[in-house]
Amino acid sequence: MSEHIVSPKIYFAIFASLMLGTGITVWAAFQNFGKLNIVIALVIATIKATLVVLYFMHARYSPKRTQLVIICSIFWLAIMLGMTLSDYDTRPHEMQPGVTRLEPPAAPQAFTA
Amino acid sequence: MHRTGDLYGQFETLEQQKETASLGMWVFLVTEVLFFGGMFLTYTINRSAFSTAFGIGSNTLDITLGAGNTVVLIMSSLTMAMAVWSAQVGKKKLVSIFLIATLGLGTVFLGVKGVEYKQKFDHHLIPGHGFDMKYHPTHPMPGDDPKELALEKKEVEEALAHDPDINFHGQLYFSLYFGMTGLHALHMIIGAGLLIWLIKGSFAGRFTPQYNTPVEVVGLYWHFVDIVWIYLFPLLYLIDRHR
Repeated sequence: MSEHIVSPKIYFAIFASLMLGTGITVWAAFQNFGKLNIVIALVIATIKATLVVLYFMHARYSPKRTQLVIICSIFWLAIMLGMTLSDYDTRPHEMQPGVTRLEPPAAPQAFTA
Repeated sequence: MHRTGDLYGQFETLEQQKETASLGMWVFLVTEVLFFGGMFLTYTINRSAFSTAFGIGSNTLDITLGAGNTVVLIMSSLTMAMAVWSAQVGKKKLVSIFLIATLGLGTVFLGVKGVEYKQKFDHHLIPGHGFDMKYHPTHPMPGDDPKELALEKKEVEEALAHDPDINFHGQLYFSLYFGMTGLHALHMIIGAGLLIWLIKGSFAGRFTPQYNTPVEVVGLYWHFVDIVWIYLFPLLYLIDRHR
């Protein structure tokens, strides 16, 4: 098994796509897509990151065990993000971060022996 | 350690050695994914809780510098990839040239970051005692666009009327901004150190089609740092730009 050499042509094509992606992100940020703005930004960033991993980092041509490690990292990240966010998302309103209580906490009692 | 040429004793072939080294770097990068992932998680939770303050904070960032830096960093990834290619096909001079270009672009990125940090100091946007989101709109600096400034002032005033705690929540945004970009910059500085080491090796003609593992492995690290920025840029700079 000899190593795969990625040609400069591919590198420049990936570079051009990354530039295009950056341009689209900036453009999209100035449009009002409502709640979709963040979704669009993240989708473009993920496409860009995938291109970097597959071609600049040669993941596409790497041995299977390296690819497994990469997939594991995405899986673990998904567990961390998914579990934590689903916790926050399902809390009752008054337990959400940023919700201030109406009554201030009671003043500490003076110590009496 | 027993070593024949570039081949260490525990490996059968140079190729096996290279695959092992790459795998090792990838395992390290997995821990990095989870490390940065924790910060992105903190960011997500706070952004959804304090979206107004995060929007105002984001709008104070200079989008030209941010987007320019994105271009610079992606370019440095290209030159890094080209350095790996040059080593693989045995163009020793090109290896040095592309590595120096990568180091140069990385330095430009850090310099621009320094300019941005300085701006935030001048505008009283460093979390702590002097933090005040009203400071900059009421104290214009030479070279400021008065229209932008008026817009910023209106935005801060409206937000303050709605939520008097905006100055606290703004500090949360800037803490995350400095924490995340600062740790990213630290990774860049470490990467620059590794590049200097590679450049020294390339001057000595160490990297050949048979042996270019260090270039490949540092390349993996450098591209990873690029990926972190690919997420940081839209998340920090591009919140609520459509006003």
